[in-house]
Amino acid sequence: MILIRLALQTVVLALAQLWGNKFRAILTMLGIMIGVGAVIATVGATEGLKAYVLKEFDSFGPRKVWMDGTVPRKLRGRVSWSQFDLRLSELEYLRKNCTTIDAITPMYFTGATVRSADESRQSISVTGVWPDWHEIEKRVAIKGRPLIQTDIDEIRNVCLINDKGIQELQLDADPSGDYILVNDRRFLIVGVVETKDVAQGFPGGGEARTELYIPVTTALSMQPRETVSFALAQLKDAKDAEEARAEISSIFRRLRKLSGEDENTFVVEAVQSVIDQINRLATGITVAAAGLVAISLLVGGIGIMNIMLVSVSERTREIGLRKAMGARPSIILVQFLVEAVVLCMVGGLIGIAAGLGLVAAAGQIPGSPLKDAAVPLWAAVIGVGFSALVGVVFGMFPAIKASRLDPIVALRHE
Amino acid sequence: MPTPVIEISGITKAYKMGEEVVGALRGVDLRIDRNEFVAVMGASGSGKSTLMNILGCLDRPTSGRYILNGQATEKLSAGALAQVRNKEIGFVFQTFELLPRSTAVVNVALPLVYSRKFWWGTARRAREALKSVGLGDRMTHRPNQLSGGQRQRVAIARALVNEPSLLLADEPTGNLDSKTSEEIIALFRDLHQRGQTIVIVTHEEDIAGHAQRIVRLRDGKVVSDFPTATDPVHRDFLDRAAQASARAAGQAAVGSESRPTHESRAAQTGGSA
Ligand SMILES: Nc1ncnc2c1ncn2[C@@H]1O[C@H](COP(=O)(O)OP(=O)(O)O)[C@@H](O)[C@H]1O
Ligand SMILES: [Mg+2]
Repeated sequence: MILIRLALQTVVLALAQLWGNKFRAILTMLGIMIGVGAVIATVGATEGLKAYVLKEFDSFGPRKVWMDGTVPRKLRGRVSWSQFDLRLSELEYLRKNCTTIDAITPMYFTGATVRSADESRQSISVTGVWPDWHEIEKRVAIKGRPLIQTDIDEIRNVCLINDKGIQELQLDADPSGDYILVNDRRFLIVGVVETKDVAQGFPGGGEARTELYIPVTTALSMQPRETVSFALAQLKDAKDAEEARAEISSIFRRLRKLSGEDENTFVVEAVQSVIDQINRLATGITVAAAGLVAISLLVGGIGIMNIMLVSVSERTREIGLRKAMGARPSIILVQFLVEAVVLCMVGGLIGIAAGLGLVAAAGQIPGSPLKDAAVPLWAAVIGVGFSALVGVVFGMFPAIKASRLDPIVALRHE
Repeated sequence: MPTPVIEISGITKAYKMGEEVVGALRGVDLRIDRNEFVAVMGASGSGKSTLMNILGCLDRPTSGRYILNGQATEKLSAGALAQVRNKEIGFVFQTFELLPRSTAVVNVALPLVYSRKFWWGTARRAREALKSVGLGDRMTHRPNQLSGGQRQRVAIARALVNEPSLLLADEPTGNLDSKTSEEIIALFRDLHQRGQTIVIVTHEEDIAGHAQRIVRLRDGKVVSDFPTATDPVHRDFLDRAAQASARAAGQAAVGSESRPTHESRAAQTGGSA
């Protein structure tokens, strides 16, 4: 109890001591300030950057898996790029046999001239898909109906159109039931999907245009061909990204009769894997920063120890007096320890403020990816906590020294 | 027989100075009862401060027993000794030893900070102690805004604030002029009259004359221990002082019965014991 009361008094005393030696205190705290400021700024920037990147990836959907054919490095330049394109039959096999995914759709992109009663547009994006496309891309039919398996099986000339297309082709507000011409073939509009903005810099990004979605079987029959541009699938569980990639790979390898040494002739990427990598990278940066900061805190701690030793020696008489007046060694120890901790924590708080300021300033730069960056609370707590720890660790030796002073010797000290 | 405040026997204190050992105290026995007012005298280096520091539990003897208010102090830990200092002892130093940047009240409150007895009203107690030494109007002055006598009063207030059973003062007037010294010693007399047990160190006979009892040290040993009124050295001093003042009073009054005030005072305090 007496220790608590004394600790409180000591905090006040320590603050007064700091205030009395402002300049010296600030110089002493510099190491801690820089250390904590650096960790706050680094963590804030890393977390901000991570959040920014992840938000972009999140717009893809974290359960999404992307797969495509590719030419192995060894064969590059010797075979045509289209040789290893994904075949519809492969995707059908995958749909039936892959346990880690719950939806899959081929994506076949082509361009077409599209005509309505009043308008004609060239090189309109026409995409051949399966009904799962709605689920995977989270694009429901807002009017009419979605694509259904029967459209695929019967190779129907039906299409979905987006909002933008209704505008550009001057169709009715609800055009389902109307017909348009796609490369002079009559297509029945069965439904409308929302125009989805894709972030700039990603495929299909930029200003939205007319889009048509048709059964992939219909799209391929117009060419005709059997391979698609790529395929998208959806994981049953985002946690299983790596398992899913492994399973899909092994299925493809079996289908493509690749053995032992053969390189993959396809790629499988899960958005979640990329997200995991980004998270790992961010953690790595944070850990590296923490390491650097630990060094700077160490340096700062040595500064604290030095100044506390100076303080003990300057105040030897005062210590002697306090002991003569009945201060027990433990109380003197606590007093000096509290002083070191207060010194470090004030330094830490200033460092946190500086770090926050730095992150906020970086966020003010126009177009900065850090504009929504927020320093997580845990970083601030750890910052203050570590400062306090440095105070305890490096204040301990001077405090023990003070507590062991002999009262008479201390009082005689000049 | 009531328990004495101080009971020491066979106290020695040796300092190692390189190869040779200096015996600052070489077997001191002393008993001081409640409400005694004792002056410790002796030449410089005779061991007065060493003895006081041991009595004040600031220092430990090399050998010997020290029983303070019935409690043996030899076996106490540094922490326990600190508590004894805090509870039982008020110490007044020759050089005041005030915290230079703190006000009089804060200085006086210092022992209360480390006290288990007084939790609340530390500031009030400190103010009362300052009033009792006549510094009611100097509460918020810092040491450098006070005269030497006032500083020593602050130090005395600090020594008294925790109501110690023993007040120790090592040459409390050593840094003061004679008029201020008189005021300070009057304060001690006043405290004694109110029941305080006091031991002071001094090398001035006239200061010692205010005490009831004079203990003389030489080379770390007690060489005499008398009530002030019967102490031969002090009587000698008084006689010579009387002669000097008689001479000064002028030839007209030769052989008159003018007695120095000190003696009457000493006789008075000696008689009340
Ligand atoms: N810390 C010390 N180290 C060595 N010798 C000391 C120490 N303190 C006192 N002495 C010696 O002990 C003797 C008594 O000292 P002290 O008690 O201070 O005398 P006084 O107060 O009577 O002048 C002196 O000879 C002094 O030199
Ligand atoms: Mg001395």
